[in-house]
Amino acid sequence: MTEHNEAMIKTDALIIGAGPVGLFAVFELGLLDIKAHLIDILPKIGGQCAELYPEKPIYDIPGFPVVTGQQLVDNLMQQIEPFHPEFHLGEMVVSVERRDSGQGVVFHVETDAGTTFETKTVLVAAGGGSFQPKKPPIPGIDAYENTSVFYAVRQMESLRDHHVLIVGGGDSALDWALNLQSVAARVTLMHRRDEFRAAPHSVAKMRDLVAEGKMDLLFGQVTGLDGADGQLTAALCKGMDQAPFRIECDRMLPFFGLTMKLGPIAEWGLNLHENLIPVDTEKFETSTPGIFAIGDINTYPGKLKLILSGFHEAALAAQKAHRYIYPDKRLLFQYTTSSTSLQKKLGVNG
Amino acid sequence: MADVTFIDHSGEARTVSGTNGMTLMEVAIKHQVPGIDAECGGACSCATCHVYVEPEWMEAVGQPASMEEDMLDFAFDVRPNSRLSCQIKISDALDGLRVHTPSRQS
Repeated sequence: MTEHNEAMIKTDALIIGAGPVGLFAVFELGLLDIKAHLIDILPKIGGQCAELYPEKPIYDIPGFPVVTGQQLVDNLMQQIEPFHPEFHLGEMVVSVERRDSGQGVVFHVETDAGTTFETKTVLVAAGGGSFQPKKPPIPGIDAYENTSVFYAVRQMESLRDHHVLIVGGGDSALDWALNLQSVAARVTLMHRRDEFRAAPHSVAKMRDLVAEGKMDLLFGQVTGLDGADGQLTAALCKGMDQAPFRIECDRMLPFFGLTMKLGPIAEWGLNLHENLIPVDTEKFETSTPGIFAIGDINTYPGKLKLILSGFHEAALAAQKAHRYIYPDKRLLFQYTTSSTSLQKKLGVNG
Repeated sequence: MADVTFIDHSGEARTVSGTNGMTLMEVAIKHQVPGIDAECGGACSCATCHVYVEPEWMEAVGQPASMEEDMLDFAFDVRPNSRLSCQIKISDALDGLRVHTPSRQS
């Protein structure tokens, strides 16, 4: 997990969070000649808009009477395309350290995948925090996490010859049941009902394997765990008729979707207030100069958690970021409608 | 208008008032009732506004639609009286409604 990439990526601005506000920050920074990299814990671009409500209409984006979450993300991607942002998806920032290099302050940022950055500014656009797997409220489950209970599969080999219980009825549960069926000693899939919201061909394949006796399918919910010292021996379950039963297993993989947690942001040395990052309303800068917080993750008097507020915050944070990145350059305020130099950057003026 | 009562995991009851057309989740959030997270803001996309409807209210509240039933797969300890409160619309018929919130939403 902590394999270090040989090269540290150097950039002017690092945006943590690739939701709508992080994406628009690329635009505002780009107009000021600031190159940005973006990191997101999700394997896709768009944050909550893409993960929670891609099909849900949004009615309060200025100029769009109605737009879906995914359309908004697609439009933003088109809008920032001239600035060639670089994305690092499926990675979670684990540390942000301020360093004085002698030639000014820089930040060293590292992700859980071992990617490292040296950046002059950081824009935290992390929304509600990081999307992380939901943990079932099973008594004592903590004691088995990362030894017998896993919320993601990093290496299939680690489950070879184990008795694996997979809990859930979505795509993750079905995909891993199918993938692990040939590797594990035995795979048992447990779901609360005989209907699955996964891809139909996966469901069909799973049912075939069950019919051939190659894996088990049970209906119910886990209520407790049996074992000792982090070594699981069985899951205690109840059926929908409330009748208790027991599944012998030494590994359990619960797949109940994602939830938003603040995550490691709390460890970056920033002042926090009720899991939000307080900022000023001129520069949207945090308690650490050079680190900005924009969008739903920040707080200030009168804050509204609206996408449009985040867009405004991105524009103002970019102005201040410019002063850190180009301390000797005077910033001239320009409009995209009239400025030849801005239009050149956008690729709309020969 | 309907007065609705949320009973938390420890048995503490809070009765609050909702306007017709609001969802039960919105009523909970408006009155800062603990035990309802509603991360997605009512899009039926997160299963963190899970409630147990008291049996005598099941008929008045009705059964979940298939999208909600799918989303309940992401909730924990789902029971026959489980509903997502963002999918329950307040009406006069629900005056007196009692629901229980689970120990944890996520």
